[in-house]
Amino acid sequence: MLKNIDLSMDQGEVLAIIGASGGGKTTLLRCINFLETPDSGSMTVGGETVSFPSADDKAQAAAIKSIRLKIGMGFQQFNLFPQYTVLRNVTLAPSLLKRGTPEAIEENAVRILTGLGLGEKLESYPGQLSGGQQQRVAIARALALDPQILCFDEPTSALDPALTGEVVKVVKKLKEASSTMLIVTHDMEFAHAVADRVVFMADGRVEESADVEEFFSSPKSEKAKLFLSMGPGTASEEY
Amino acid sequence: MFGTVFAALCSGFLKTLEIFVLTLAGAIPLGLLICLGSMSKSKFIRLPIRALIWIIRGTPLMLQLIIIYYGPGLVFKYPIWGGGSAGRMVATVVAFVINYACYFSEIYRGGIESISNGQYEAGAVLGMTKTQVFFKVILLQVIKRIVPSMSNEIITLVKDTSLARIIAVYEIIYEGQSFIKSQGIVWPLFFTGLFYLLFSGLLTIIFRKVEEKLSYIK
Repeated sequence: MLKNIDLSMDQGEVLAIIGASGGGKTTLLRCINFLETPDSGSMTVGGETVSFPSADDKAQAAAIKSIRLKIGMGFQQFNLFPQYTVLRNVTLAPSLLKRGTPEAIEENAVRILTGLGLGEKLESYPGQLSGGQQQRVAIARALALDPQILCFDEPTSALDPALTGEVVKVVKKLKEASSTMLIVTHDMEFAHAVADRVVFMADGRVEESADVEEFFSSPKSEKAKLFLSMGPGTASEEY
Repeated sequence: MFGTVFAALCSGFLKTLEIFVLTLAGAIPLGLLICLGSMSKSKFIRLPIRALIWIIRGTPLMLQLIIIYYGPGLVFKYPIWGGGSAGRMVATVVAFVINYACYFSEIYRGGIESISNGQYEAGAVLGMTKTQVFFKVILLQVIKRIVPSMSNEIITLVKDTSLARIIAVYEIIYEGQSFIKSQGIVWPLFFTGLFYLLFSGLLTIIFRKVEEKLSYIK
């Protein structure tokens, strides 16, 4: 599926992975989150490395656990826990991981949710929220573990066009707070608006990796040129 | 006359309730164990469990009752359930628990398999262990989804308790029928139907309330 991927990110960088469906974007993101197991390769986050295949399963499981907590993940379908309130969705993992007193965890969750404009929805259930609100709760849930890198898999794809704006706004706000983010998207306007750098993937390979302006104004690879000429406009005024 | 019949039927109905409650208390947890076994990755666990489910679901409960009650005595030449009505009651509950646990396990399996993979993945990326994901994230969603099928099965159980009559457990049908021999009257037997109707009506209301209570889970 993926072949010879070599990717690195700087702290505070926003990286957009774009490309046609089936190009391996989501698979790459799932490998980074250990939702798929790579056949071979290694990944280093903040000085900690996991290699595949592993020589020592126990040590690898520990390293995966540790790296996992440094990476937050937002899903296309949000995957909120439907039986819990918005607040409980955000506090569940930190309290299971004993990341502080219940009061401190709740205070932190309320602060994050309020910051994302969900202060009124703390006691609502996911089923009572719009898609855009649900995606913001999912982002808050990831932020509550204070990750070093935030990953998003097509965060706007399951939303009505009218609702994508609120998620884009949140991502922009996170960027201003210098969060490190890795965003898989096929929404070119979104990528253009938030990314510092673009990685273009096709057929399981990285075809091009370039500064966002450079990529959208003068893509180097033939596949990227073709891809951009086919897609809708690359203007970012809408955001 | 009516007073005597009513008293006898009530004592029979208490026995019916006892079988009902003990069966649920045993079959609900045992069903989960069988369910996890039937989904095990190891075929040495999965295949025997699936064979057990096949046998239990593929044969009549009445036959299972008879085999479980008489079988051990014939094989070991010793009545392992103990003698008298207490022993018959133990054998009855054992047979009912095994039978209902197998049916419940299949309902649980359907419920567990209907939960989207995204729920497990969301738990995993949040650093939860598999056990935490199951008990904190998956379980209540499964419960919500299986309430309608469980209520169906549990209402069936109310009526299946009458099968215990085959090994002479004095439940309500047995009591009602006894008046045919002793007094030559058949209406007490017909009257037992009212007990079943009232009890299953009560259960229907309770399960509807439970469904409403869980309806916030979308």
